[in-house]
Amino acid sequence: MVVGLPTKPDAAGPEFDEDQVDLIFHALSDRTRRDIMGKVSQSEQSISDLARQYEVSFAAIQKHVSVLEKASLVTKRVDGRQKLVQNNPETLRRATELLAEYERIWTQRINAIGQILGEERQVGDRKRAEERKRR
Amino acid sequence: MTVISTTPDREKLEMTVVAEFDASVDQVWQVWEDPRKLEKWWGPPTWPATFTTFEFTEGGKAEYHMTGPEGEKAPGYWRFEAIEENRRIRLLDGFATEDGSPNDQMPNMVMEMTLDEAGGKTKMTTVTKFNSLEELEQLLEMGMDEGMTLAMGQIDDLL
Repeated sequence: MVVGLPTKPDAAGPEFDEDQVDLIFHALSDRTRRDIMGKVSQSEQSISDLARQYEVSFAAIQKHVSVLEKASLVTKRVDGRQKLVQNNPETLRRATELLAEYERIWTQRINAIGQILGEERQVGDRKRAEERKRR
Repeated sequence: MTVISTTPDREKLEMTVVAEFDASVDQVWQVWEDPRKLEKWWGPPTWPATFTTFEFTEGGKAEYHMTGPEGEKAPGYWRFEAIEENRRIRLLDGFATEDGSPNDQMPNMVMEMTLDEAGGKTKMTTVTKFNSLEELEQLLEMGMDEGMTLAMGQIDDLL
């Protein structure tokens, strides 16, 4: 459970409506589509480039790309006779921002654990020093 | 010295956090196993956590609440899915209703924590898996303090 976080103003990222969120998660629920996302994040690729890298038909890849496109995760651009697929950084940017907020929570937690363990160490050191004195 | 690396995976909606503590595996295990220690770090400083039930066994449940600056209470629960002593904990973390039962209207997440001994120190890895971007968004906006909107992160964005 997560509470009490400062959050960013709405202007920081695109807002999604529920339908769009459904599309995004339906799109990302498939392993091949996630893999395509990874590949086009590195460089834009044509559908035939992509099709060569999977053991499925050109049509199947075309379908996957179209699902990703409907979810605004990728865009297509025409280059001569081929269509190049590229990722849509805006959508992924919002996900990244949200994960960064969560990251801050954990940084805080780890610092707190470090403090607890540090205090225990000091108590342990003091006890050992007292024992030495007694001896 | 605590070394931290965090690896967000925005496509899989996972966050991996690795920390190294200058302590034994057993000591780090204690900050999870002992609810009085857990309370000292689980909640953010402005929303400390109080654990009222703590069944530290596979299938067991923990009930807790966080108390906000205005005295408001946010109830949550854990369900321990796997526990391997001094090694691994896997749990479901979610929001609860007033009576402590899971609130199905609210998001939950699965967290897995692993400890490894590393040259006299202890490496702690936590992987948190969110169900969706929408749920993550809902989680992070929960209980936010409207007055704290201009935090460090945003200042960075403005520069």
